[in-house]
Amino acid sequence: MNKLKKIWFGLIILGIFFSVVNNKVEIVNEVLFTDLQESIELVINLISVMAFWMGLMRIAEKSGLVKNLSKLINPISKILFKEISKAPKALNAVVLCLAANMFGLGNSATALGIKAVQEMQKLNSNKKRATNSMCMLLIINMSSIQLLPLGIIKIRADAGAINPTDIMVPTIITTTISTITGILCAKYFERRGE
Amino acid sequence: MVNVSDYIIPIIIAVIMTYGIIKGVDVYSEFINGAKDGIKTIFKILPYIIAIFFAINLFTKSGAENFVIKIISPIANLIKFPPQLLSLVIIRPLSGGGAYGVVKNLLDSYGADSYIGRCAAVMMGSAETIFYTAAVYFGAIGVKDSRYTIKAGLISHVAAIAAALVICKIYF
Repeated sequence: MNKLKKIWFGLIILGIFFSVVNNKVEIVNEVLFTDLQESIELVINLISVMAFWMGLMRIAEKSGLVKNLSKLINPISKILFKEISKAPKALNAVVLCLAANMFGLGNSATALGIKAVQEMQKLNSNKKRATNSMCMLLIINMSSIQLLPLGIIKIRADAGAINPTDIMVPTIITTTISTITGILCAKYFERRGE
Repeated sequence: MVNVSDYIIPIIIAVIMTYGIIKGVDVYSEFINGAKDGIKTIFKILPYIIAIFFAINLFTKSGAENFVIKIISPIANLIKFPPQLLSLVIIRPLSGGGAYGVVKNLLDSYGADSYIGRCAAVMMGSAETIFYTAAVYFGAIGVKDSRYTIKAGLISHVAAIAAALVICKIYF
């Protein structure tokens, strides 16, 4: 069984088990009929963003902008995304995805990230198995590379912080440490051939 | 405060459009073609989003985290980890919205300028949802074997937690 399948199954069975044990089995219905609708709202919000970025990226590809940009970042991409360092379309989506993440543009980042893995999949010889570049992109995204944590600054302001933005520098340091850790782990597992 | 994120998208759009026009690209039809692909992609990821959303919400609402907290709290005590932050540590990789709720509660109960409040805010900002990201990205392209992605994501999550605790202590 693959990992995602195991995790998915585990979360559901544990969820049902504990909702019974904690005497709140009604949450199963609540999740099914209320929360799942929220997930559809999330997807609907994503439709326009996804269509927009895919459309814009198509223009960038046709104009040759993508090729030029990918040459620019070649030194970095050779290290982090070796398999796709000669695939401008994939690289460009990666760069824009990471940029969108840095600036906290969540939906755009998701759309561009999906575009990036789609391009990577075209070069993948085993379509069922993730490539090193896919793993690297996901791991960098998972470790968060956001420079402006606006949402958090806002809830700190709401909670009466004297200087709501004073967590910015520690957040950037922390997220840099976690991203570097993620990259090193990815490289280590990659070398071990996992 | 000037918000840089407000400028980044307009600049990207203007550059891509202008460059396209200069190079003689049929910008309108190409945009439509790309947008069509985008909409197809959305329908591809929809089942994955529904599946993972159901599992995560069920787990987080069932009170299962309290059980996990019970298991890991002896270890947490041993390394002097603040017990107030355990719930956030568990929820953060699962659900962004859920984690926001936890941080809000912590800020209200301990104060936004307390050590706990600041640590929670930094942890919130330096991590992302792990399982959701993996399910959506890999779902979109039909990859079944995620290899070491989740493992490495969890390790970087642990690194973020440790770094947040230490850096908040030194910085403030």
